[in-house]
Amino acid sequence: MTTTLVDESDLVYHEDDPRVVPLLKEVEHSGAAAVTIDSVSKVFTGRHGKVAALDNISLSVTPGEFVCLLGASGCGKSTLLNLITRLDVPTSGTVGTIGRPALMFQESALFPWLTAGQNIGLALKYAGVPKKQSAAEIDGLLDLVRLSGTADRRVHELSGGQRQRVALARALGQNSQVLLMDEPFAALDAITRDVMHDELTRVWKETGNSIIFVTHNVREAVRLGQRVVLLSSRPGRVVGEWKVNIKGPRTIEHPAVGALAAEITLRLREEIASHARS
Amino acid sequence: MPALDDSVITQDEVEREDTAAVGAGLDVLEEPDRIRDPWWRRLGSSIVPPILAMVVVLVIWEIVYLLELKPEVMLPSPAAVWDELLVLLHGGQAWEAIWTSLSRGLIGFAMAIVIGAPIGLAIARFPWLRASFGPLLSGLQSMPSVAWVPLAILWFQISPAMIYMVVLLGAVPSIANGLTAGIDQVPPLYSRVGHVLGLNWWAQTRHVLLPAALPGFLAGLRQGWAFSWRSLMAAELIVTSSKLGFGLGQLMNQGRDLSDAPLLYAGLILIFIVGVGVELIMFRPLERAILDARGLSTKKR
Repeated sequence: MTTTLVDESDLVYHEDDPRVVPLLKEVEHSGAAAVTIDSVSKVFTGRHGKVAALDNISLSVTPGEFVCLLGASGCGKSTLLNLITRLDVPTSGTVGTIGRPALMFQESALFPWLTAGQNIGLALKYAGVPKKQSAAEIDGLLDLVRLSGTADRRVHELSGGQRQRVALARALGQNSQVLLMDEPFAALDAITRDVMHDELTRVWKETGNSIIFVTHNVREAVRLGQRVVLLSSRPGRVVGEWKVNIKGPRTIEHPAVGALAAEITLRLREEIASHARS
Repeated sequence: MPALDDSVITQDEVEREDTAAVGAGLDVLEEPDRIRDPWWRRLGSSIVPPILAMVVVLVIWEIVYLLELKPEVMLPSPAAVWDELLVLLHGGQAWEAIWTSLSRGLIGFAMAIVIGAPIGLAIARFPWLRASFGPLLSGLQSMPSVAWVPLAILWFQISPAMIYMVVLLGAVPSIANGLTAGIDQVPPLYSRVGHVLGLNWWAQTRHVLLPAALPGFLAGLRQGWAFSWRSLMAAELIVTSSKLGFGLGQLMNQGRDLSDAPLLYAGLILIFIVGVGVELIMFRPLERAILDARGLSTKKR
């Protein structure tokens, strides 16, 4: 397993430049990990024989850590999320999480027959929150995603960005320490997505959840994550890891974000090109 | 190369100040429009065209009558049928017949829901039930309900129970199939959400599948009502007996026995009105409420 490194002497950034740190070995963390994926492989048996979706993936996410999973099509990210949420079982290896992880999708996947508040209330109910506290918790969660006073709105009365924020509030309502996000902002326009990045960062800092954020968007991964993990395609393997170390306010336009994104994109392109039929 | 754990601050130290304001601005700008036509225009566009169609039918009827293409004993004038209707309504006969038939129809329909909905749910939720009984139930849907009448008489003789049997055999399959189809159309994403939220089998059914299937189920209910009403009329028309009370079918039979064409036509009109009336009073508002709540009926501009 190799990770291309930018020759740092070639780059002239200001002092806050990203440190590109290859993590070739699993980091030894002190204390229990929030998510432990240990040598997980998944093989599907289809009509044309066996297809390996995931090949020997190991990943550990510490409590409170924000990890972005990056990969092209066929990197098995849906399979991996299904394994973490226990919708499916690995062919080999083990997956462990603390508690039941919450999951946010690309579509808001809110139930249209319920109001925004009722959607969150359903998550609370099955997270074991007593009915008496439910209303107060719903208001608190809506405040957290800056949607105070919209509890009685129907899903169709909300904009795309508002729906994703309600979906985030619902996911947080599960009171889970682990939040999985499956390209949650991919369907939003650039400005809304930019605002959502800020909001997610703020919410993450306030709640202290561990987040695994899956995306195709390299800049988004660098903008959000503390760590970016690059997966190969068919089968999905971890081919690179970068620790993002950018000090100060981080925006999608930040030069250091761009620089690290360029570095990761290079690696991603190599990986995709290797699949071309010669 | 720096050590791995030397970086502590890895996220924004300060939030961009304008994020809240930009977010609030986007919320206002992206608020979905909810423009609705004024009530008189909505009413006008939904009520005027059917009335026009009825006028056209009446005019054609009158013309055909005036051309004397058929003798009056076969085709009375609209005016004669209107007079007959008034007589029936004033004499109370029409009300009695409507009440007898309608109450039977609605009771039968309600029983069909009570029986059909659990069957539909079970078939949708248990693959082995679907594989075994699914095709049988779909097949039953295509059975003409009149065909059940002789069997129903054999079982229950001439009694209200016999009528209900015919109504149930007509309506239960379409209600059950409607619910099964409704559940089948539920986006798999909703079930995934249910799983992620930690809903068990029953909670998944109660909080996700049934509400999500409601629009499809409503279509099944509508069809179920149509089948109930048709089966009921078939049973009432075929079996004439004083034991069965005086329903619309019996009213029609009276017209046939007396060769009273206006009575026959009046009976047909009453049957039509009751069938359409239930649709308009029961199903339209229900459908409106369900679709409005989900934002499925408001026009996007």
